[in-house]
Amino acid sequence: MPVSASLTGLLWRRPALRVAALISLPAVWFVLFYLAALAAMFISSFHTVDELSGEIQPGWTLDNFRQLLGDWTYGRIALRTIGIAAAVTLTDGLLAWPFAYVMARYAGPRLRPALMALVMLPLWSSYLARVYAWRLILAHDGALNWLLHGLGLPAASIGYSNWAMWIVFTYLWLPFMILPLFASLERIPPSLLEASSDLGAAGWRTFRRVIVPLAMPGLVAGSIFTFSLTLGDYITPLLVGGPGSDFIGNVVYANVGVSNNIPFAAAFAVLPLLVMAGYLLIARKLGAFDAL
Amino acid sequence: MKVSMSCLTRAARMAAAMIVTLALPFGQAASAAEPLSAIGKGEGALNIVAWEGYAQDDWVKPFEAKTGCKVNRKYAGSSDEMVALMRSGGGGQYDLVSASGDATLRLIYGHNVQPINIALIPAWTNFIPALQGPSFNTVKGVHYGVSYEWGPNTLLYNTQKVTPAPTSWSVIYDEANKGKITVPDNPIQIADAALYLSKTTPSLGITDPYELTQPQMDAVVVLLKKQRPLIRKYWALASDEIDLFRNGDATLGAAWPYQTNTLQAAKVPVADTLPTEGVTGWADTWMVSAKSPHPNCAYEWINYVTTPYVQAQQAIYFGETPANTLACAEMDKQQAGSCKQYHADAGASYFDQIHFWKTPLKACGNGQDNCLDYGAWQRAWQEIKG
Amino acid sequence: MRFDLARTLLWASVVAILAFLFVPVAIIMVYAFSASNIQGWPIQSFTLQWFARTFADDEVRSALWLSIEVAVVATALAMLMGLLAALAVYRIRGAASEAIAFAIVLPIALPGILTGMALNSYFVLWGINLSFTTIVIGHATFCTVIVYNNVIARLRRLPPSWAEASADLGAGPWRTFRLITLPMLSSALGAGALLAFALSFDEVIVTTFTAGAQTTLPLWIFGAIRLGQHLPEVNVVVCVVILLTIVPVLLAQRLMGRAALLHK
Repeated sequence: MPVSASLTGLLWRRPALRVAALISLPAVWFVLFYLAALAAMFISSFHTVDELSGEIQPGWTLDNFRQLLGDWTYGRIALRTIGIAAAVTLTDGLLAWPFAYVMARYAGPRLRPALMALVMLPLWSSYLARVYAWRLILAHDGALNWLLHGLGLPAASIGYSNWAMWIVFTYLWLPFMILPLFASLERIPPSLLEASSDLGAAGWRTFRRVIVPLAMPGLVAGSIFTFSLTLGDYITPLLVGGPGSDFIGNVVYANVGVSNNIPFAAAFAVLPLLVMAGYLLIARKLGAFDAL
Repeated sequence: MKVSMSCLTRAARMAAAMIVTLALPFGQAASAAEPLSAIGKGEGALNIVAWEGYAQDDWVKPFEAKTGCKVNRKYAGSSDEMVALMRSGGGGQYDLVSASGDATLRLIYGHNVQPINIALIPAWTNFIPALQGPSFNTVKGVHYGVSYEWGPNTLLYNTQKVTPAPTSWSVIYDEANKGKITVPDNPIQIADAALYLSKTTPSLGITDPYELTQPQMDAVVVLLKKQRPLIRKYWALASDEIDLFRNGDATLGAAWPYQTNTLQAAKVPVADTLPTEGVTGWADTWMVSAKSPHPNCAYEWINYVTTPYVQAQQAIYFGETPANTLACAEMDKQQAGSCKQYHADAGASYFDQIHFWKTPLKACGNGQDNCLDYGAWQRAWQEIKG
Repeated sequence: MRFDLARTLLWASVVAILAFLFVPVAIIMVYAFSASNIQGWPIQSFTLQWFARTFADDEVRSALWLSIEVAVVATALAMLMGLLAALAVYRIRGAASEAIAFAIVLPIALPGILTGMALNSYFVLWGINLSFTTIVIGHATFCTVIVYNNVIARLRRLPPSWAEASADLGAGPWRTFRLITLPMLSSALGAGALLAFALSFDEVIVTTFTAGAQTTLPLWIFGAIRLGQHLPEVNVVVCVVILLTIVPVLLAQRLMGRAALLHK
């Protein structure tokens, strides 16, 4: 008892110690299990692999990077990945607006949690099963074409293509955009909007000048999720992608899970690492970290 | 509430030093295991890496009931994936793998699998001679696995939409079938194109589809790149091809008999054929991991699946040929005429027609050293798909 | 009048987006009753046999249990670390707090395949066998940020005067934390935990790299999908999981909605 009492007393008097005590467990965990692992991966990108035995040859070489930069195939894959991730983020950003806005402004105290639960519910039904369901929707003789045929419209041929990936990714990550956007819209005090309209601003003007800037952190926070989740996926391209649909993730997976060439995979993985690091730095400037 | 900065900087510096120290590798020696001298009591569990269709409940459940070894299945769709799984986590995750001939040597030379005491596998004496000690699983007289089943990669087509029935691989390179074709997403698929070219363009001088020189590979890559825009999807999972045919996205494709059987069982109008140019194929081997945590169960499994009854079940289910010659009678018992249908009675002559998967090496069969190794095949495949 | 039109359009788009979100879920549910073992549109005939088969399948059951165990342990760890980290970051300013926040956000902001691959090669490096523990380590790492975000957001909105009053009344820091701060954080912790559990329960990409021969439910589903033989079983499992979670999720939202109202 006296020991613990004096310890508490010490922690109480020395805020630095208190913070240190609080942060020690998470800090050790993240350094030990995560940051060190990332560093190890970065270091291994300078190694090579013996092709027959699959053993990693230590040593320092830029071969992996040279091979990546020397072959335009990988550049195309990187551009495709980043391009689709950007398109998905944009689409989700647009789709999330009306939903989050209605939820924050118009929905009553009963409807709001219900809508919230409905947005969350798909997250509880297997991601894989939902991607797979899209295959059935977009297939040649699938649900979409069946519907189009019923309406007398020409069939769409978007199964197993980049279009299919765009739709499925947009679908998958939409809740991750709606939730933070709603959270930041909810925080805008109604008095501010009243003040804006009292000052003579029309609905659209209030939206553009008051609501959008205040919702920006939430939007950027959501975009971190949609962008990074798309950037790092390889299963959706595998299931719904077409012949030219490989992502960075597919090449990385093929090199880790298939040819066991971890150094080469690590070298390619440096690219999304850099892209996300840049993205996060910009996001921090926009205040998105407080809205995550 | 301001905390002294210098203290935090010091902590940050320490953390950084720790991150780097933790990230530096240190070596780990692999140990070679001695083969089992007798099969002891089962360990109660068995982790296997298998081709899709190789670990069906029909024979897994009776095996579990008989031996008490609970089977944990992991499916792989390519030899590369199998090799990676057997090496994952430093090996020792899985006990058994149903490796094809293009993975076996990689596993043997990578010290990922252990020698097998063939005296503990009674069914082995009934194997067709070609599979008792084939070069892809037996090195210098040491058995590193027990052969299982073998079969051809076929040409699958929709019987309603493709008429007349195709007899040549040319249909999957034909502009007329644009957007209706699917082929495996697998570097070894290059051999199928090489085999086709060896017949249609003899001037290239391709004698073995797995031994390609750079100019020969260049010609194959040109053919496959021309094929790429015709492809609906490169299938990576068996279900990819099943869905593509079921839902009308593909009408022609390179396949395993497994897909044909599954689709026919679901009443989809498909059939498969062995085209005139010849076929590639597989001869699979059960291999035990060098660090197998459940070796007794692994031997029990090998013994169980090499019995004529299970050999027949597997053969009929997947549409392939068993290694055990006694399985023929059993096959006819399970499904009349299946022994002949799956060539279990044909023996050596049929066996020799198939160009079995093997790992491409720098050394060509003819003593030359200018062939491309598998790493080059993988890069070429990525380039074709990319 | 124009304003009403805007409002109608907004509500219409809400309905459209809900349809977009739920059509695939509906397809999953309907196909649990499909008689054919491979999926084609539309369904030819219906059956209940897949429910019986799935319930009898002990592989499904053990995968489900493993996923629940992993999610429970990972969520507990994430709650602890997220809470501690949030309390620490709340107390400091400047570069140190930003660095900590950055490190915690990293696992979710970086593509999953990076986290998975980094952990995988790291475990191999240290000769650690992939196991239940390695799966939990991966999950707890990316779940921490969810709890952390919820708690830090709540902390920043709490009036510090309450804790000060408690201290003035002679309560020690631990007592203040236990009686004042923790109760006020509980709904944020709960919301974070719920989302962390969901994230862990359905995670495939990191798990692929950190699991050895262990099969979590998503890994079993992937195996079943690639086999293409028992797809309705996958749908049955997903149906059951949705039905089991719909009540707690709805309840949690109501509770949190009420808590939010009380705050106002």
